[in-house]
Amino acid sequence: MMQNTSRLALLASTALLALPLQAQAEQSDITVALQLEPPHLDPTSAAAGAIDSVLYANVFEGLTRFASDGAVIPGLSKSWDISEDGLTYTFMLNEGVTFHDGSTMDAEDVKFSLDRARGEDSANAQKALFAGITDVTVLDPLTVQVTLEAPNGSFLFNMAWGDAVIVAPESVANIKTAPIGTGAFKFENWVQGDQITLSRNEAYWGTPAALTDVTFKFISDPTAAFAAMMAEDIDAFVGFPTPEALPQFEADPRFQVIIGSSEGETILSTNNMMPPLDDRRVRKAIAHAIDRSAIIDGAMFGLGTPIGTHFAPHNPDYVDLTGLSQYDPELSKKLLAEAGFADGFTTTLKLPPPSYARRGGEIIAAQLRAVGIETEISNLEWAQWLEQVFRGKDYGLTIVSHTEPFDIGIYARPDYYFQYNNPQFQQIMDTLNRATLPAERKALLKVAQTIIAEDYVNGYLFQLAFHTVAKAGVEGLWENAPTQATDLTAVRWSD
Amino acid sequence: MLRYTLKRALSLGLSLIVASLVIFFVIEVVPGDPASFMLGLNAQPDTIAALRAELGLDVPKFERYLTWVGGMLQGDFGLSYTYRTPVTEMIGDRIWVSLPLALYALTLSTLIAFPAGIYAAARRGKAGDMAVMGATQFGIAVPNFWFAMMLVLIFAINLRWFSAGGFVGWDKGFGAAMHSLTLPAIALALPQSAILARVMRSALLDVLGEDFMRTARAKGLSRRQALLRHGLRNAMIPVLTIIGMQFSFLLAGAIIIEQVFFLPGLGRLIFQSISARDLIVVESVVMLLVFLVILVTFLVDLAYAAIDPRLRART
Repeated sequence: MMQNTSRLALLASTALLALPLQAQAEQSDITVALQLEPPHLDPTSAAAGAIDSVLYANVFEGLTRFASDGAVIPGLSKSWDISEDGLTYTFMLNEGVTFHDGSTMDAEDVKFSLDRARGEDSANAQKALFAGITDVTVLDPLTVQVTLEAPNGSFLFNMAWGDAVIVAPESVANIKTAPIGTGAFKFENWVQGDQITLSRNEAYWGTPAALTDVTFKFISDPTAAFAAMMAEDIDAFVGFPTPEALPQFEADPRFQVIIGSSEGETILSTNNMMPPLDDRRVRKAIAHAIDRSAIIDGAMFGLGTPIGTHFAPHNPDYVDLTGLSQYDPELSKKLLAEAGFADGFTTTLKLPPPSYARRGGEIIAAQLRAVGIETEISNLEWAQWLEQVFRGKDYGLTIVSHTEPFDIGIYARPDYYFQYNNPQFQQIMDTLNRATLPAERKALLKVAQTIIAEDYVNGYLFQLAFHTVAKAGVEGLWENAPTQATDLTAVRWSD
Repeated sequence: MLRYTLKRALSLGLSLIVASLVIFFVIEVVPGDPASFMLGLNAQPDTIAALRAELGLDVPKFERYLTWVGGMLQGDFGLSYTYRTPVTEMIGDRIWVSLPLALYALTLSTLIAFPAGIYAAARRGKAGDMAVMGATQFGIAVPNFWFAMMLVLIFAINLRWFSAGGFVGWDKGFGAAMHSLTLPAIALALPQSAILARVMRSALLDVLGEDFMRTARAKGLSRRQALLRHGLRNAMIPVLTIIGMQFSFLLAGAIIIEQVFFLPGLGRLIFQSISARDLIVVESVVMLLVFLVILVTFLVDLAYAAIDPRLRART
């Protein structure tokens, strides 16, 4: 009997032994390609989405964070209390959180990070996220209190941005080349122009990552992207650049294609101060002259969801207003005649490099020509676009995908490059910022979306699709892109 | 020989000064501000101003030029605007991809072109000559990125002999590193070898009509012996000129090939820096390339003199 038991125990223990052995034999590293390389590795001092694409959730974490569906969930802060008046947020931090250099993450680091972001000489590209903070107080090592000037319904959302991650005062000096965060992966090495490697943080406070090693490769050329995936040099390409190549991967059993939605509202931005585009009838005429489905099919190979306002369709508060700007060239001509442009007019169409703009621009130019509007197309590089269009406001029309999440607030800024100035809308946004009740916010957002759609501020085209190609065995990649991130914390190889 | 060398060296120095002025001021007028590029659409004006000051962009242009040139003389190219690392380091990393790649491609190109050119010259007008000329015509007409794509399709995607791109790094060993540079080097070398083979052939044919060649034949050398022993050396001047130009081209002109094979070389660095308006990097890399091109020309000039003693006397 004794012998039997021990034999069973032996068997069981060998079986147990065999399990980890087998797990070891499985692949635990991954090579993920992205199109753009980060300029440096500090998410808190640049707008480059490529920085978040590598580091967000993997290396750096904030008080709150975005889940794959865009919801705001606890991050370094496990819970929080909001005061009655909505002015004070008390964050309870997780215990036992350490930075990758071994130092403890506590309330002092939170205070340091928030003060640094909102400071006078801050280089934070999203400084507005922190504008309402009047004070950050450390109550005890695991509790921190943030006081706001006015109630802010999107404060927890703001704290989930990559620009609001928690950094340590000891390591911030070298953050651009040697980022030290609290995430499930540690930064290992960066071969500039080529790759960034991460390794699993064995001392992670939360659920440890399944992968042990991660390599991010940067491949900007679409042809090279295709070849690298086909040759299986890489395991996944997140944000695959050419939609036209996707069917080929879909047909190949070695690969899977994941198509989701991004936060990119792709719009025909219109200079609301430049005649004749300052006339609502003219802008309405443009809206009715555009056939969205032709653009989605022609420029994006069928990928993209039509939008009728500046809001992401996957957001629960989205209102479908595409009906306000249905394709109707006859109505468009009538509106132009009413506005005094029966013979049409000429304006500029300035296009930045992405294919949605370059290809979409040609199609839109043709559609506008059909109702009598001539466009002078010029192709710009991003830096030129920023200078001429965005800062100089020297344009009639342009096509841009606005990739910041929940950015309808830009319509409340009269100095923003569309130069839309509507006090009623600004009022709504102001009320929204103070509103904390979900039902109230939903109602306000509906009004806001409707106002800009009815004012035809811009031509609303489509929500940019987000496509990822991966080897068939890769599990746990984000389908949608609620923020620019390649969260690998839950990624694993299937058996 | 010394005077010849000094004269060449002086012209090298002057060319560099002119080049630095042109490069700096032409690149500085390109529209676009690195600070606004880095901070994106939501940045506030004071944040942009703060970053401009941090990057030293608020200093007058000419002062920046002097700082830049002064630094370069001491081997310091300044700090990259976007990466915030010394440009010297960035160039140092990348040149170990671009330089070996250029040398590799040049070696391949020469190894293909010399025999092909000599063979075609020796069989002038015959079927072999026709075949070589036809092939080189094709090689010149087809752009190198098309070759690159075909090579990837055949050897990376179908045969899996090579990876589709990327550079493994020298720390993985010489063999592995050269292996990852092989497809790009072939893609770069083929069109170059086509040009070089044609130059080789026509240079040899020119020489064949010279009196000394007839003398060589008359003293009993076969056509082939005369060609290799007397013709080749005399045909080397135009060939060397082309090789020098090709090396410069391969070093500076691999931008597209580096994109296609996503190699972290100088070409890709320029490409990325231009779009990010990281002007100091662009200026420094272009300056370095100009320096290398001028240096190669200088060395080729010296090589002329070594091959052809008449050049030493002429100056």
